Amino acid sequence: MTYVLAVLLGLAAGVLAGMFGVGGGILFVPTLIALGLDQHDAIGTSLLAIIPTALIGTWRQARYGNVRVRAAVILGLVAAASAQGGVALAESLSDGTLRRLFAGLLVLVAAQIAWRARHREA
Amino acid sequence: MRLVLIGLTAGFFSALLGVGGGIVIVPLLLLYCAFDARSATATSLAAIGVIAVSGVIAYALHGDVRVEYAALVGLPAAVSVVGATALQQRLKTRTIELLFAAFLFGVAIWLFVK
Repeated sequence: MTYVLAVLLGLAAGVLAGMFGVGGGILFVPTLIALGLDQHDAIGTSLLAIIPTALIGTWRQARYGNVRVRAAVILGLVAAASAQGGVALAESLSDGTLRRLFAGLLVLVAAQIAWRARHREA
Repeated sequence: MRLVLIGLTAGFFSALLGVGGGIVIVPLLLLYCAFDARSATATSLAAIGVIAVSGVIAYALHGDVRVEYAALVGLPAAVSVVGATALQQRLKTRTIELLFAAFLFGVAIWLFVK
């Protein structure tokens, strides 16, 4: 049952990735925690789970002519370097601290999406 | 230059928290680089792929990557993203966004009290 739910949340993550340009990690991490992984494992595993979605999503979006290649290359290369700093910090934090940080991120994201939705109509 | 700053911020936070970075990249591209919504989401997805590879390598060295679980959630998502990008080309997403925001807020509360 839990695994069925995991697959369904995976499907939902893909929909969100396509619509909002997020990789799906925002759903992967809580799903993996519900499956029993600790916060560090959930984060590392989520990043791996993101890769196929990002690749396929990029390929589809490129067909619609929406990808700005030069910007994506700059963003990707710089971010790949600073990601190493993020991992180093995560490894120095406790599981509980990292989980509360993630929960804080969810609140920010929820607020941002709600704000965006309200202002689009105005 | 703005792209470099956005990339630095996105890479750090996405690797720290296990999200791809689109949460950081999309709004900043919209606000500071005059991207429209579709270019911002598409360009963000491309950058996320690179960030995730970098983060995974580092976490794998710490033994924090569980490949079978990644496949369990990651492969269904890879399938549904195809349909979603097609939908995005024509749909009004306001209702979905508000529901999603409420859902995330609930998950946040669960993680705080866990």
